[in-house]
Amino acid sequence: MKIHEYQAKELFRSFQVPILQGFVARTAQEAADAYRKLGGDLAVIKAQLHAGGRGKGTFIEVPTQRGVQLVRSAEDASVAAKNMIGNRLVTVQTGTAGSMVNQVYLEQGCKIARELYLAVVVDRAEKLPLLMVSSEGGVEIEKVAAETPEKILREHFDPAHGLMSYQVRKLCKKLNIQGNAAKSADFFMRKLCELFVRLDCSMAEINPLVITEDDKMIALDAKITFDDNAMFRHPDLKELRDIHEEEPAELRAANSGLSFVKLDGNIGCLVNGAGLAMATMDIIKYHGGAPANFLDVGGGANTQQVTEAFRIILADPNVKAILVNIFGGIARCTTIAQAIIDASKEVGFEVPLVVRLEGTEVEEGKKMLRESGLAIISADDLTDAAKKVVASIA
Amino acid sequence: MSIFVNSDTRVICQGITGKAGAFHTKGCKEYGTKMVGGVTPGKSGETVEGLPVFDTVEEAVKQTGANATMIFVPPPFTADAILEAVDAGIEVICAITEGVPVIDMVHVYDVVKRSKSVLIGPNCPGVITPGQCKIGIMPGYIHQPGKVGIMSRSGTLTYEAVWQTSNLKLGQSTCVGLGGDPIVGTSFIDVFERFQQDDQTEVILMIGEIGGDAEEKAAEYVRNHVTKPVAAFIAGRTAPPGKRMGHAGAIITGGKGTAAEKVSALEAAGIVVAPSPAEMGQAVAEALRRRG
Repeated sequence: MKIHEYQAKELFRSFQVPILQGFVARTAQEAADAYRKLGGDLAVIKAQLHAGGRGKGTFIEVPTQRGVQLVRSAEDASVAAKNMIGNRLVTVQTGTAGSMVNQVYLEQGCKIARELYLAVVVDRAEKLPLLMVSSEGGVEIEKVAAETPEKILREHFDPAHGLMSYQVRKLCKKLNIQGNAAKSADFFMRKLCELFVRLDCSMAEINPLVITEDDKMIALDAKITFDDNAMFRHPDLKELRDIHEEEPAELRAANSGLSFVKLDGNIGCLVNGAGLAMATMDIIKYHGGAPANFLDVGGGANTQQVTEAFRIILADPNVKAILVNIFGGIARCTTIAQAIIDASKEVGFEVPLVVRLEGTEVEEGKKMLRESGLAIISADDLTDAAKKVVASIA
Repeated sequence: MSIFVNSDTRVICQGITGKAGAFHTKGCKEYGTKMVGGVTPGKSGETVEGLPVFDTVEEAVKQTGANATMIFVPPPFTADAILEAVDAGIEVICAITEGVPVIDMVHVYDVVKRSKSVLIGPNCPGVITPGQCKIGIMPGYIHQPGKVGIMSRSGTLTYEAVWQTSNLKLGQSTCVGLGGDPIVGTSFIDVFERFQQDDQTEVILMIGEIGGDAEEKAAEYVRNHVTKPVAAFIAGRTAPPGKRMGHAGAIITGGKGTAAEKVSALEAAGIVVAPSPAEMGQAVAEALRRRG
């Protein structure tokens, strides 16, 4: 689960991770008020969006407006907020349709001496949380990682003890951070790593992380992704979810316990198991088709879930055919067959439906489909299924 | 021979009184697995499928001589259940549960690493030595005793591979479901090491997926340490970056973990890579042929 910058910064504040004073605003008036409350002679106004690349992004409705802007008066703040709120911001990460901005964040300015990059992730290879810091702040970190990986410094830490001071000293030495700035770095990094572990983050990224002219380390941006599997112990964090940022079909699927990802093709897929679902997409492509989605109905799928899965697939107007690929383990082929029959009564299949069943109760399942009188194209194996579904729309 | 489990393996189920635990205990028992008991705190004295239920794993081991466990407890309690099994000296721990927080696994992995136990999973279908012992949720009947060692990060895709190798009359020595999470107890390399030493295993099939660099590391290991023929398949060639494909671990981040990178690393190590999931069995046969 991702959250907005302003929400991440509220969490930073509660863990004492240093940030600048700031306020969220949902109207132009609130933005002007926020500017006055900050009380300085300049502020930064930032569109709140889960996607990155806001600074270089522009709005569809107001092409001159960027996603991040320096403002020097309450009036400027109000105008910028009016340009942003309710409009769609296009960044390198949103796609050409852009993403609707519903709130902005106003933050104090500060005098920057240095810009750095910082991220914390869980390193799968080492099976430990990993702090990464780079002297190349403010730029695209993927580029740094690809071109000059030696510029990214790495320190693993044990979640039980957190990041140790000696680790920060090592980083500061290599980054040439000294004196009060090094002290500030120790406090900042250790608090952030504590937050990472305590809140079950899967990623925390700060770009840029700055050192001010008065030697303070401060998070100018804040991105956090939480481990979905750990949300059961953070009921308060669930409240931070912004459903406007999510693909409606994916949200609907998640509510039914289905794992769904929308893609650009025209062949809908309904599969049990994540690996098999990916492989089914792959084989469609291999035989010249294009999958419209990834959909894993899970191991113990019941009739209601499968029916809902069909509804979600058919709600996509691009879908011209459907491929059902089930290898029954826990999920029984008879359950899937019944669901196909039920779904056809309810939603009706106006597009070709290719079904490949294998595994638990396969013969009974196939028999149910044969006797249902439905116009189903039955397939014997994966290749047969992929070829038939591609041919059905050729 | 086989790896991890055989006809002498004595298995308990942690979470045996739950719906999934009871259902799959029955399935394993029917397959012929030596199921000897189960554990659910507070339910000692009850029986499930005719098997005794104990409060603690320690007690279950003492009473039944169990040396393997199959874990079905809910995600908030899975770490605790795994650590209890380690503490009781269980040799093979299969955690089937899906949805364990990754930070929990950091601690669990650290403890398991320093113990004599092997952890398979979490979020995995389990492990099976056909005709001898099935621990987990896979449909038993698709398997056939034979020569292919199979390991995978995905459940149903493993069934697909098993089915294909059974249809080709190659059969399987042991099939290991590693699990789809970012941190799991057993890696491809751990299993390669065992298959390499196992007499029954003549050829090895690795089924990977996008995300992380486990497949690349395994390719490096194969190049240096594995003399047996190896075939592979990587799922997710068509997956877009930044989207989690069902498994927490199956996500391409920062341009890393793509299928293309993995396939080229595998091919460079002399591994036969199946171009489509329908050709995993043929890739295994091809790997065998190339060695004559």
